[in-house]
Amino acid sequence: MDFKSLFVQFLSGSDSLQAATGRSLWLFLPELILCGSIVLMLLARLTSGDKLIPTHWFALLGSLSAFVMVMFQFWQLGINNEPYTVLFTGLAVHDMFSVFFRGFLLFFLVFVIALTVLSGIPDQEDAPDFYTLLCGAVVGMLVMSSANHLLMLFLGIEMASVPSYALTGFLKGRRQSSEASLKFVVYGAGAAGVMLFGISLLAGVTGTAEFGELGTRMQAIFSSGFGASHPAARIVLLAMLLIAVGFAFKLSLVPFHFWCPDAFQGASAEIAGFLSIASKAAAFALLLRFSLAVTSFQGGVIQGLSLMMGLGLGTLAVVTATFGNLAAYSQTNAKRMLAYSTIAHAGYMLMAVSALLVLRSAIGGTGSPTAEQMGRPVEGLLYYLAVYMFMNLGAFTIVALIRNQTFSEELDDYKGLVHQSPILAVCMAICLFSLVGLPPLGGFYGKFFIFGAVFDATKVHWFMWVVLAAGGLNTVLSLFYYLRVAKIMCIDTRPADARQVTLTAGSPSGMYLLLVTGMVLYLGVFISPLSRVAQRAAEAFL
Amino acid sequence: MFSSEFLLSMIVFLPALWAIPLIWFDGQNKESMRYWTVLGTALTFVLSLQLWYSFDPSQAEMQHLFRYEWIPAWNVNFALGVDGISLPLVVLTGLVSLLAALASWSIDKHVKGYMMLFLLLETGMMGVFLSVDFFLFYVFWEVMLLPMYFLIGVWGGPRREYAAIKFFLYTLAGGVLMLIAMLMFYFNSFGPNGEGTFDLIELARIAAGKGTAVRFSESLQLAAFIMLFIGFAIKLPSFPFHTWLPDAHVEAPTPISMILAGVLLKMGGYGIIRIAMPLCPYGAQYAAYFLVALGVFSIIYGAFAAMAQTDFKRLVAYSSVSHMGYVLLGLAVWKISEGKTAGADYWAMGINAAMFQMIAHGISSTGMFFMVGVLYDRVHHRDLNKFGGIAQLMPEYAGLAAVIFFAGLGLPGLCGFVGEIFSVLSCWNFDPTLAIIAASGVILTAGYILWTMQRVYLGPEYKGPHPEGITPFTAREKTVAYTLVVLAVLLGVFPNYLFSRMDKSISGMVQSMSHTYDTHHGAGANMETTQVR
Repeated sequence: MDFKSLFVQFLSGSDSLQAATGRSLWLFLPELILCGSIVLMLLARLTSGDKLIPTHWFALLGSLSAFVMVMFQFWQLGINNEPYTVLFTGLAVHDMFSVFFRGFLLFFLVFVIALTVLSGIPDQEDAPDFYTLLCGAVVGMLVMSSANHLLMLFLGIEMASVPSYALTGFLKGRRQSSEASLKFVVYGAGAAGVMLFGISLLAGVTGTAEFGELGTRMQAIFSSGFGASHPAARIVLLAMLLIAVGFAFKLSLVPFHFWCPDAFQGASAEIAGFLSIASKAAAFALLLRFSLAVTSFQGGVIQGLSLMMGLGLGTLAVVTATFGNLAAYSQTNAKRMLAYSTIAHAGYMLMAVSALLVLRSAIGGTGSPTAEQMGRPVEGLLYYLAVYMFMNLGAFTIVALIRNQTFSEELDDYKGLVHQSPILAVCMAICLFSLVGLPPLGGFYGKFFIFGAVFDATKVHWFMWVVLAAGGLNTVLSLFYYLRVAKIMCIDTRPADARQVTLTAGSPSGMYLLLVTGMVLYLGVFISPLSRVAQRAAEAFL
Repeated sequence: MFSSEFLLSMIVFLPALWAIPLIWFDGQNKESMRYWTVLGTALTFVLSLQLWYSFDPSQAEMQHLFRYEWIPAWNVNFALGVDGISLPLVVLTGLVSLLAALASWSIDKHVKGYMMLFLLLETGMMGVFLSVDFFLFYVFWEVMLLPMYFLIGVWGGPRREYAAIKFFLYTLAGGVLMLIAMLMFYFNSFGPNGEGTFDLIELARIAAGKGTAVRFSESLQLAAFIMLFIGFAIKLPSFPFHTWLPDAHVEAPTPISMILAGVLLKMGGYGIIRIAMPLCPYGAQYAAYFLVALGVFSIIYGAFAAMAQTDFKRLVAYSSVSHMGYVLLGLAVWKISEGKTAGADYWAMGINAAMFQMIAHGISSTGMFFMVGVLYDRVHHRDLNKFGGIAQLMPEYAGLAAVIFFAGLGLPGLCGFVGEIFSVLSCWNFDPTLAIIAASGVILTAGYILWTMQRVYLGPEYKGPHPEGITPFTAREKTVAYTLVVLAVLLGVFPNYLFSRMDKSISGMVQSMSHTYDTHHGAGANMETTQVR
């Protein structure tokens, strides 16, 4: 069926179908706005309009209006009180959770665009390409966060990944950048292939690709019991494993993390920051949706699968957090160190998903978790992500600002920065200590909420004690390398021949940095506003 | 004069607020920043005195108590309050901070950063002592870490980085254990239809099983007590978690050493009294003998270690380990015979003694570190074997130092004596053998302190480096020294001035805990069904 006949069919369709499509398009508007601004940017380049109006204004305006649109939807959802709407006959879903993530991603996009403007990473010539890729990647991530179909899952991941590959290699002149990009592409393509195979297996066994149907179908297939002797069970487990590979790649979980340090080191700090936050957030949204869909049928055999997945992810989380923290210790490059720190934080956040799945497996049995307990892991994850956005963005911003003045990203060149630019050193220290998870900075609360959820899950399975202990131990481990950077910047003396670094609080970059760091502090003192929003978003899954 | 909310909040947050204007001070005008800081700490001290005088010693409960919702989703409150246990420590913190600010004239580089971190540190310390919410307590506990790390790491001695990171790691490791224990309490405090709580008063009520539907099971109490104890023992510090202390004390600049010894160590003891014991009475009783033995061992071990030092500051640092052993000893003398608490009065005396020892040590060791610092500022070394004859060059200084060191030694009539003697006496009821060993620690203490005084102050003449640097005592230094000396004498002569404030709260706590143990875990437990969650 070609497009024309499809369109005709749509136009001649019943009123209810048209109304549904219209409503879907309306709810899909933020994505459409972003797509529209991409088209505008390309058109502006075609007509040399980008010489008149710098491209970043298009990008900024597009992302801002899309964000406003999401905020409007958030407000509307609060009034209408309908739990969720299925878009495009089941391809996507619109609920509080997707609104939270779309708002998160668009808000972050605004910040990233502002950062690239301040640090001037794409020049006038490259700006349209750069912002097209950036916004394109975000459209993919938006799709990921509201996907409700295996096809959309794959589509979203690919739409987010392909521009990311190009962005990683955007510093065309640098050999390292191209190498990083190539590594990323090869790794990503491999992981995507494996994941696609897993998706096809799952869809083949269950006969559906819709998230809403998966749980019911699984229940029907495994009504006689979910054991290794069941032929379909083996296929499902294999499918889960293969799909997990795809997620592990996106989340840079050990052992699929190898691309991450290289890609971060090769890419510019702005892009590394973007990848470390946005693509992680979208992948977590998708992982939550997917794993809850597979285990959505409450009671019965699927709970065994839920427990198995939860423990599997828990193991991955422990290994990832430990490895990331240990590997970060010996790094000498700031971006590489932050890459390993990103890996470790993905491990912490995965603990929340693991706790949720383990808690879910106890529904209906003795010690069945309450709604409040079920909401807690998701709430913790969302809070963590929100704080993580600011603290990681702050750290990468500082790396970018220092690079602009010293042309170096080596930690050795950060020595004694506090004497030349106290604001940079103090903001870095705040971001890093928030990453360690020290109160009264935001990072602590995210960690606390997640540990609380893991503690809840210890009642279901003893293994969660191991996860909790690993989380605590890793907090202490991580102190070593974060503190080392703070020490280099604040305690060491600046070598006499080092380049001058200046940043005043009144300059645009200084104000941007103060804003981002201020948010880390704000989220550490005023917990309720964000935690309430996170709670609302978590309710989408109850 | 002030409302409770205002008074307590100001005591906690005034120093941090006071640090903000420092941003706009001229970085070269060091003198003005120093006076500004002294003013801020002085105001805080005045507020803490106001708290002292508005305190009603005839009440055992928390006073000036108030709660504001902070994180409703987790039922966390911003709750501050003061009782007989925290009151003396709050005043001590105010005093030591003021004296340390007065001693901060020796800091000459990056004065602005130093003063800001110093004030932030005071906020953290005050917050720890005034919090009535476990979560808030934990937040303030960690808030202290960062300023302390930088204060040691930037302004410290030659091995400052090593010392600073060691301090940080030890405390953070203890903090993580505390965090897990905190989660255990929270999730086990869920009533049938109520929600969990972090409120220390409420948690203590649950632990005591007073009219609440839930109770903390014995295994929970034991596990939580072990975690909490390790966390607090690191801070106290008690053997074997004390190794950060000599490094941190030696490398820290003089005023920070004063705060470390004068206030930070007290947080360990305070944490045990305020949190570990009331929240897990069963665990505390279970471990009582071990704790007393550990305290006695720390006394002897610290004294021997101090005797072996040649670095003046290191000697004082190990003397802290020894002195804090008395605190642990006094806290833990909870004797059970035939399933009942035996001699609860002796135990109350032990806790009183431990509290008194904390305050006395806060004065004597602050003084000792200050005295070492005064000398170090002049001759730039701390090698005990290169001193001698200081008394002839600085007679007034040597005289004041002698009083402070005798207070540390535990000479009757000075503050150190009261705490030591009462904790040893209360231990006699618990186990005479341990009491005898602890008492013999006094001899060792006298040994190393007298020997030190002989090596430093006595002798015909000073032969060490920089003899030209020895200048008379300045007025500022005199103020600090005389304040401490007067307090050491006053507390030694009128100990009841302090005991009368603490006694009600402490005996209330002892009664409640022994009642809980006797009815739920002791001989009477068979008659009651204990609900185990």
